[in-house]
Amino acid sequence: MTATVTAPTRRRGFNKKAALPWLFLAPGLLLALVFKFVPMGKGIWLSFFKVRPFLGDKWVGLDNYTRVLGDHRFQDAVGHTLVLGIGISLGAIVLGFLLALLLEGQTRSLKIVRTAVFLPVVTATAVVGELWRLLYYPTGDGLVNNALGFLGIGPVSFLDNPNTALWATMAMGIWIWAPYNMVILLAGLAGVDRSLYEAAAMDGVSLWQRLRHITLPAIRPALGIVLTLAAIRGLRIFTEVYVLTGGGPAGSTEVWMTRAYTLGFTRNDIGGASAASVVLLCVTLLLTVTVNYFRKRGDVR
Amino acid sequence: MSAPVLDPVRAVEPEHRPGRAARAQRTTPARFDTALGWSDRPGLAPALRILLCATALAIFAAPFLTIFSGALSTNPSGSSLSFLPHHPTLLNIRVAGERGIWDYFTNSLVIAGGGLLLQLVVSVLAAYALARHRFRGQALVLTLFMLTMMLPEEVIAIPLSLVLGHVPVVGLDLKGTVWAVILPLGAWGFSIMLLTEFMKDIPTEIEEAARIDGVGEFRLLWQVVLPLCKPALGVAGVLGFIMIWDQYLLPLIAAKDPTDYTVTVALSILRTDPEVGSGVVLAGAVIALIPSLIVYLLLQRSLVTGIAAGATKG
Repeated sequence: MTATVTAPTRRRGFNKKAALPWLFLAPGLLLALVFKFVPMGKGIWLSFFKVRPFLGDKWVGLDNYTRVLGDHRFQDAVGHTLVLGIGISLGAIVLGFLLALLLEGQTRSLKIVRTAVFLPVVTATAVVGELWRLLYYPTGDGLVNNALGFLGIGPVSFLDNPNTALWATMAMGIWIWAPYNMVILLAGLAGVDRSLYEAAAMDGVSLWQRLRHITLPAIRPALGIVLTLAAIRGLRIFTEVYVLTGGGPAGSTEVWMTRAYTLGFTRNDIGGASAASVVLLCVTLLLTVTVNYFRKRGDVR
Repeated sequence: MSAPVLDPVRAVEPEHRPGRAARAQRTTPARFDTALGWSDRPGLAPALRILLCATALAIFAAPFLTIFSGALSTNPSGSSLSFLPHHPTLLNIRVAGERGIWDYFTNSLVIAGGGLLLQLVVSVLAAYALARHRFRGQALVLTLFMLTMMLPEEVIAIPLSLVLGHVPVVGLDLKGTVWAVILPLGAWGFSIMLLTEFMKDIPTEIEEAARIDGVGEFRLLWQVVLPLCKPALGVAGVLGFIMIWDQYLLPLIAAKDPTDYTVTVALSILRTDPEVGSGVVLAGAVIALIPSLIVYLLLQRSLVTGIAAGATKG
């Protein structure tokens, strides 16, 4: 570990201190090792064992994987995860884009509206969960039911009905993430060349064409990032579901991670829970690598 | 994996702020300033815009008023639910206090303060090494830190809970202490990347001069580099706080018994307590909400910059 690569003027005295960067990196690496990578390794390791607290762990090969993946409750949970993930991602992107279009601008009043609309993002998910339990209050007095009452739709017990609970959770997810996407897309909109809008106006281009041919291409990178973040977030959704429905009623909102949590902490099936987590980890990694690959390839103009 | 999902780069640069958009606003008419071409003269379109803004506020902001009004109402279950409390009372907060909400709140504050401090110290040190030194294995270290962003507590929850109960090598049992929550939050890839990218853009001349004068590395970092990093520290700080305050699963698995919970996790205790009504739960929610509200309103610009930064580079 000699410092022959360093520029002589900038790093005088550096030769003596080849260990210096490692000293600076030590706390971060140590914490990442102990609390991220060791658990990851342990999770992979345990997924091949039947974990028995006092008898010692027993090697079972891929047993945990076949058992968990074959379990229909887990398959349902994966299905719910996909529905929620796709629904929340798309819903939040569309709504976030509409919000960005609506609230783009520099005036003071718009800034205040943006500040207020952004509140769901900074609020802890647990608080949001309590808030939405209140909004979904199952009698006609609940806020959402009150609004539906105006449309002539009777009170719905959103969270107690297996047919509505998943959609109710999705609505909350969209509500949380739409303002977040709005901020990213607003940053994208700010980068659009204003003279293009002016030129478009001179050519008498319609609003739709203007959006389609000027705005959308310009914010495509921002959209790509929003989509990537949303997809990865969607797969590991946990807190939103845990605080709003706890996976119920009748398992109708059970998702990948709430299932793994139940397996690991309630059923004490550490091996099965680890297997479920490892599969999730692999899918997340695969998704990230794939998306990054395509994004990078798309960036090479 | 050289392109991280959250690559916090350019928007944090100081010169980014008064960008093209702001300049364009001064030289071109307002209707060329937005994608939809909103005009500022009175007419049908602005009226529609005001209406839509009101709808957006009603959907995204107004529900927060119901938390406050519910927390201040005597019986907010259903019928009295509205934007303003009917008979304002502090009873709910007092009852929540009797249920130990302030103890949970203290846990939360200690964890948020300690976790944020640790996170910033770790990030600054690591970023300094990554941005200002060249050494073998640098790319590997960078990849490792980026990987931590893809290992959220959710995915490693079960083995992490075992590790917290018996830390490898030293064999400590951290469960039930605040350290079990603080330490896993220490190495946050996002914050390290953010500061690294920022430090790379700081000119090196001052440092070189200081090095020639024989100033030590730590003093250099503390007295020369750090003061220049204030904008990035603000962003890392506010995002870190929001991230730590939002933690749910980690405090849940790090606790030995419910008294170790943070205020956000403790809301579920209040909810399942048959003796207290929803007003008390909402009082707890208000108490859990206020710190993030304060941080957001004070450091709003840093926060928005930071989130937008995640999107400026792919």
